[in-house]
Amino acid sequence: MSSLNKNTFIKSLLFYLPVFLLFLSVLNEIDFNYIKIEHFSFNFVHILIFYWTLKNPRYLSYGSIFLAGIVNDVVVGIPIGFSSFCYLLICTVTAYLRNITITPNFINDWISFLITILLVNSIQVVSLDIIFSIEINYMRYLINSGFTFILYPIFLFLFNILENKIAIQTND
Amino acid sequence: MASSRDDFVIAIRSAFLKKSYQQKFSLLTLIFLSLIVIVLGSFNFKPIQYIKIGVNEVVHRSSFIASIPENYFKDLNIKIEEHLDLYERFKKNEIELKKLKEEKLSNDFLILENKKLRELINETVQSEDVYAKVLVDKDSPYLKSIILNKGSKDNIKIGMAIVDRSYLVGKIIEVNYTNSRALLLSDLNSKIPVLLEPMDIHAVLSGTGKNYGAIEYTKDEYKKKLTSNEIIVYTSGYGGLFKPGLPIGKIITNNFNKDNQVNFFSDFRQLDYVKIVSYEIGSGN
Repeated sequence: MSSLNKNTFIKSLLFYLPVFLLFLSVLNEIDFNYIKIEHFSFNFVHILIFYWTLKNPRYLSYGSIFLAGIVNDVVVGIPIGFSSFCYLLICTVTAYLRNITITPNFINDWISFLITILLVNSIQVVSLDIIFSIEINYMRYLINSGFTFILYPIFLFLFNILENKIAIQTND
Repeated sequence: MASSRDDFVIAIRSAFLKKSYQQKFSLLTLIFLSLIVIVLGSFNFKPIQYIKIGVNEVVHRSSFIASIPENYFKDLNIKIEEHLDLYERFKKNEIELKKLKEEKLSNDFLILENKKLRELINETVQSEDVYAKVLVDKDSPYLKSIILNKGSKDNIKIGMAIVDRSYLVGKIIEVNYTNSRALLLSDLNSKIPVLLEPMDIHAVLSGTGKNYGAIEYTKDEYKKKLTSNEIIVYTSGYGGLFKPGLPIGKIITNNFNKDNQVNFFSDFRQLDYVKIVSYEIGSGN
């Protein structure tokens, strides 16, 4: 009986792990800034949302992504609703990619990811700068997008392992 | 051609409207909702403002708790760095201490003289300090800001100066009931009136988005006036926002031609506790 309970607990823990990671990263802004590598920063949330909504959106609901965006706006201090909109744009691209893709391919996904983050970051930067008059360092955004793109395969590998673990647990 | 366009439309429609994989909301609904929130928020719509204040209260505290592990590693990293250059720092500090001891004597005299002169013209500077803990200090690409654990219930108001030891580090830009947000001097949107000493030149210090500031909006000729190797940047008190004479940073003339770089006295990565300062200049006349 206790092992059954333990199993259910682990199952639900793993099932909600992507959501937990999403909220942890928006609350904490995981970007490893403190290691002081000049100009190094990347957007973990973009990788997380792109991967999970592309591969298996049932682990990361659109509602939680919307809420995470609101939380991110409050933490970062930009107009409320703005990050939600950008995150949901990523979801739109991944939903579109899911609909048109018959056999998933890593290279296609990676290139699509680059186009997506460039599109989302461009919308974000231009809107913040022009509409909300918040001065933005464009170069820093570009570097951030570059590192996010480069680091995608590493997180893809880690998330694949995690997804397999979740699939095994939920199929038990 | 027509069929490929149809496929595209079908794929887009499906992406926006289909509530697949046990989703409770369609993407289109949520996108519209976020657009409504952005628009209403930018028009300062009251219910959105109340929601924002409520969310701020909860999220800032949660963010502080969620940041504990990362902050631990950050502190550890800083400690290791400090240990590695301990000897070099010691030698540098030894020289600096000798210099400071000499300067202190003349400073004590200047303080007394300043006090006497203020008494003569019946001018008093009254300032109130509130100590605050830094809850969140995220180095975000959007804003360089910190969240403090003091808010409107502690009489914190927008525009108050944030001081680390005696160095100015920023100003309050958003106040909630129990917490507030301060914009750091390094942020691109930060612009404050300053005084360059010892040449007595007024200028504007602007953030660069990096760990240093830049001097802006001053006459080109001021570079010719540079006589000292080390220029100290103080608040000028223009605009009545900050108390005059708060030290901010220094310009080393070697770097001067390169971006007019101002190296801040305070390390913005290591802010744990700060002072929120409000001041008032009283005149007897």
